[in-house]
Amino acid sequence: MNKLAVNFAGVDFKNPLIPASGTFGYGREYEEFYPLSTLGGISVKGTTEKLRTGNLPPRIAETPAGMLNSVGLQNPGIDHFIANDLPYLKTKDTVIIANMAGSTAEGYREVAEKLDATDVDMIEVNISCPNVKAGGAAFGVSCEGAASITKIVRAATKKPIMIKLSPNVTNIAEIAKAVEAEGADAVSLINTLLGMRIDIKSRRPILHNNVGGLSGPAIFPVAVRMVWQVANAVNIPVCGMGGISTWEDVVEMMMAGASTVQIGAALFQNPMAPVEIIEGLNRYVEENHLDNLQDIVGAVKPW
Amino acid sequence: MKYTQGKYAVISKTAIAKEIYDMTILCPDVAAIAQAGQFINIKAEGFMLRRPISIAGIDKNKGTLRIIFEVRGNGTKELSQIPEGGLIDIVAPLGGRGFDLDAGKKAVIVGGGIGNPPMLPIAEHFGKNGTVISGFRNASAVILQQDFASTGAETILCTDDGSAGRKGFVTDALKEVIEAKKPDVIYACGPNVMLRRIVEIAKENGIKCQVSLEERMGCGIGACLVCACRTIRDGEEFYSHVCKDGPVFNAEEVIFDE
Repeated sequence: MNKLAVNFAGVDFKNPLIPASGTFGYGREYEEFYPLSTLGGISVKGTTEKLRTGNLPPRIAETPAGMLNSVGLQNPGIDHFIANDLPYLKTKDTVIIANMAGSTAEGYREVAEKLDATDVDMIEVNISCPNVKAGGAAFGVSCEGAASITKIVRAATKKPIMIKLSPNVTNIAEIAKAVEAEGADAVSLINTLLGMRIDIKSRRPILHNNVGGLSGPAIFPVAVRMVWQVANAVNIPVCGMGGISTWEDVVEMMMAGASTVQIGAALFQNPMAPVEIIEGLNRYVEENHLDNLQDIVGAVKPW
Repeated sequence: MKYTQGKYAVISKTAIAKEIYDMTILCPDVAAIAQAGQFINIKAEGFMLRRPISIAGIDKNKGTLRIIFEVRGNGTKELSQIPEGGLIDIVAPLGGRGFDLDAGKKAVIVGGGIGNPPMLPIAEHFGKNGTVISGFRNASAVILQQDFASTGAETILCTDDGSAGRKGFVTDALKEVIEAKKPDVIYACGPNVMLRRIVEIAKENGIKCQVSLEERMGCGIGACLVCACRTIRDGEEFYSHVCKDGPVFNAEEVIFDE
């Protein structure tokens, strides 16, 4: 029996491990390392109404135990995704989560309607991208904005929707409650933390966008804290992410309250990380005599 | 294309100039499929991101790759600490497009600074039908001159301050070589200011030209889209990604920022 299996927001995953949107493309590159069917699911590169060229380079800066990125949602647009990438992904025996964003509220509706007519398994709604001027985080940093986008997407699709939350807020649990109230089936968190690095010789920010999103192990404790706060505030399931790089991190994130997890920046250092994590989780359930890994979700015993 | 991630033995390591290291890695599975112009992505212990380093030599019989890199920061300093006989963690071979070695019969091969190492496999391919122009800051930065000469190619050494070879830029030497030898193709790797000028000269003379680009990378395989470079095809400008669409591009495809 598969002890890593989980039903998350009504969708069956063979394990809780999902490469995070924007770090995994549409899977083609990583398929050169291992079959995509190894993975619980894939959150594919964020898709918008139309092609987006993304931000000027440099788009990446290394930081202690992390990195900043400012890709700026470069993607070929929803129609291209549906025609060229989704048919390929659907042959890979893994859950396909379409990550989407709009530059306007109307854009979110348009993309959600188009995805509703496809056979993606789930929709992840990005209201938290720190790297685009319009849309993205503009909606994600207030309860009203987050609720309004959730309502629009909810009305546009019957598919399970998962709202991806921004950590760049005062109270993430309140935002989670706001999207739950508008019919979100799940939440995923955290997106990247807004950060900045400066080249002290040139006095220029390393990123051409000046600021970008911080990810990697540096943000893991922040992510665990926020997942814990949100899991305690809502009744919908939580997909935890932010700095996960080992199976131990996954166990910790699940104890904080996540029932699925996403892995992103760690892939750049170790493309094999998903395979190694799944092996580690299998050993963990055996050694701890668990019927299912889900038994540890929210199992943290707070002082 | 097939990527491998693994730890391989460093079977030789030499400092060939100040802060410049020359390593040979025993990795038969990678060497068997590696091509001139490709690169490997090396894990620097304690750092988040791997360091992309171009391939300077491929010996399919011995199953080895040669890399030459300069210590530029703490990450490459860490790489330079890997001892001879130690293990190096690489993802390789990367780069969706290497140099097209069938682009002509007579080649000019131009390297600037640490852009010289990836030119070595090209020089080996062309032998006496190649002319290598290498540029460096000064005499202490000069590398690979004997390696280039032993390919049979004519070699022209330029330094900015004239402390070795001739004083001046590679672009001056390039114009003279074009005049004298009428080459079919130019291959180049080096700083963007140098590449931009070389591309202009190639265009003025109607000679095919391929350049190897550099950009800050994330995944190294084309998934994360951070290593964007401006390109143009059929009149339409778009971002390509150095790691997967390159690192080698045809000169007419690249838009260099001023």
